[in-house]
Amino acid sequence: MKKTLNNRAWLLVAPVMIVVLFSALLPVMTVVNYSVQDAMAENHFFWNGDAWFRDLLDPSTEIGARFSGALERNLIFSFVVLLIEVPLGIALSLALPRRGWAVGPSLVLIALPMLIPWNVVGTMWQIFARADIGLFGAALNDLGLNYNDTQDPVSAWFTILLIDVWHWTPLVILLSYAGLRAIPDAFYQAAQIDAASRWSVFLKIELPKLQRVLVLAILLRFMQSFMIYTEPFVVTGGGPGNATTFLSIDLVKIALGQVDLGSAAAMSLVYYLITITLCYIFFTAMTQLDLLKEE
Amino acid sequence: MARIDLVDLAHSYGGNAADPQSYALKPISMTWRQGGAYALLGPSGCGKTTLLNLISGIVTPSRGKILFDGVDITPLSTRKRNIAQVFQFPVIYDTMTVGQNLAFPLKNRGVPKAEIDTRVAEIAKLLDLTPDLKRKATRLTADAKQKISLGRGLVRADVAAVLFDEPLTVIDPELKWQLRSKLKALHRDLDLTMIYVTHDQTEALTFADTVVVMHDGRVVQSGTPAELFDKPAHTFVGYFIGSPGMNILPAEVRGREARIDGHAIALDRSYDALPAGARIEVGVRPEFVDVTAPAPGLLSASIERIDDLGRVRFARLRIGDAKFAARVPPGFSIPGNVAGLIFDASRVHVYADSRLIEGAS
Repeated sequence: MKKTLNNRAWLLVAPVMIVVLFSALLPVMTVVNYSVQDAMAENHFFWNGDAWFRDLLDPSTEIGARFSGALERNLIFSFVVLLIEVPLGIALSLALPRRGWAVGPSLVLIALPMLIPWNVVGTMWQIFARADIGLFGAALNDLGLNYNDTQDPVSAWFTILLIDVWHWTPLVILLSYAGLRAIPDAFYQAAQIDAASRWSVFLKIELPKLQRVLVLAILLRFMQSFMIYTEPFVVTGGGPGNATTFLSIDLVKIALGQVDLGSAAAMSLVYYLITITLCYIFFTAMTQLDLLKEE
Repeated sequence: MARIDLVDLAHSYGGNAADPQSYALKPISMTWRQGGAYALLGPSGCGKTTLLNLISGIVTPSRGKILFDGVDITPLSTRKRNIAQVFQFPVIYDTMTVGQNLAFPLKNRGVPKAEIDTRVAEIAKLLDLTPDLKRKATRLTADAKQKISLGRGLVRADVAAVLFDEPLTVIDPELKWQLRSKLKALHRDLDLTMIYVTHDQTEALTFADTVVVMHDGRVVQSGTPAELFDKPAHTFVGYFIGSPGMNILPAEVRGREARIDGHAIALDRSYDALPAGARIEVGVRPEFVDVTAPAPGLLSASIERIDDLGRVRFARLRIGDAKFAARVPPGFSIPGNVAGLIFDASRVHVYADSRLIEGAS
């Protein structure tokens, strides 16, 4: 086979390559650099091999224990977020009006929480959830519930989860709604002709047709929830104790609080690898599911 | 299985208060025989799909009643109507196999398993789907998917009618022809009432024993293919059916004579009592007008071109400003570009305001 070689294409790719180099590659390499070195005094670095990584991945060390604890909290958090937001999002998207004047206003209302920046969400909820003066927190206490998001781990987790559900279920609703709208009317009409029940319309028509958008929704929600930072930072400060200290919170504490650059660099690299590996597994599992079922 | 009666049925998508002229389906009353093969023929937007959806209950009529065997079923929902419908584009259930797709309408109605299996096997055989029964329906081609849709429409033996909404749109021309013949055969075998919506006259004329022609929300004629061809009740039918369509020319008609472009044509019947003030036209199919050399006493026309359709040739002509088509007899070649026209008087029809007028013999 003959192939025309033309290296001029590199010229076309070059601008993007340069941008990527400065925006991604160089910062990442700096982190890699820190992760294999230790510092003595001011900017006196020396080679430290894989020691940071070994410490990090060994739960018997102090840093290893912190890391595995935070990782566990992250995994639980993302799992619960997906478990609540995906079914809730689908259910709400099914309940939205399909046509008529109500479509526009309801979509806008639903999208509103997503338009609010993270730190504003955090601040809003920090006040809203306060046990003494917050509308939400004080109301719960008046109802006789022992709620305090800065002192009680259960309250803290409940608050952080509630914030995420409130903030990001709309994304799942909108994606799922778009998927539902793409189903031609004929499918629903055929289902009526075939005397299918509402439940089997959902199982046999809607859910299979939603598969693609749901893959997207799950991936997005997983990635974002696994990177959670601002809400616990603002609302609970990672506490009480370290009950809501997620990887990102701990990472900032190690890097900027303790200026422990080697550990922090190793941790952020491992964190990053875990995120993309999990995303890859999710994506592959969900897109290959069909092919596996076939045979 | 049932006789279907439509009583003063009408529908407007704009609600009851809409202007009657804007109704998607203007009031009609008609009867569909048990076991008939019907085609609903008309251009896009003529109301044929609306009529179909009214019968199946997907759309609720603004007015009128639908009776199955004399029982008013207008308020019943689609699922309670015992109707099967096949849509323009394939509808299949992605997660199911071909066999499960075919069985779905029966399963939902609680038909015993053994009966489902025999019925599915039977329909699969008729549609050549047997080798694919165990396969996932998503993996098949559009043709095969539409065959599954057809199969789901035909699988229930007890339906009042099977409705087809342009079901062969997505099918390749060759397979289209096969499937149409197959449907016709199925109609004979299964003794089902079938109503077939299409805008393709060939499809309608080959499938149906009664063709219902719709135009602008109205049924303009309902009859056998031969009736539609020989005696169109409305100029629209004449024009829409046949290729080329019927020639329609403005004329003055008195007694047994029509004057077209200042020239007299003899008529078979006498038309004395034409409605006053109506727009009078004569209609004649190109098959019944022969082109010949111009001669005194013949209506003459200028030739624009000759279309050779293989078995037959048609001349495209112009009489004054009006377009006209006529048959070119075998072996005849036209000298020059003016021709004389010989009309078959028994085939010339008279229309007042587009509607056929029956002359007196």
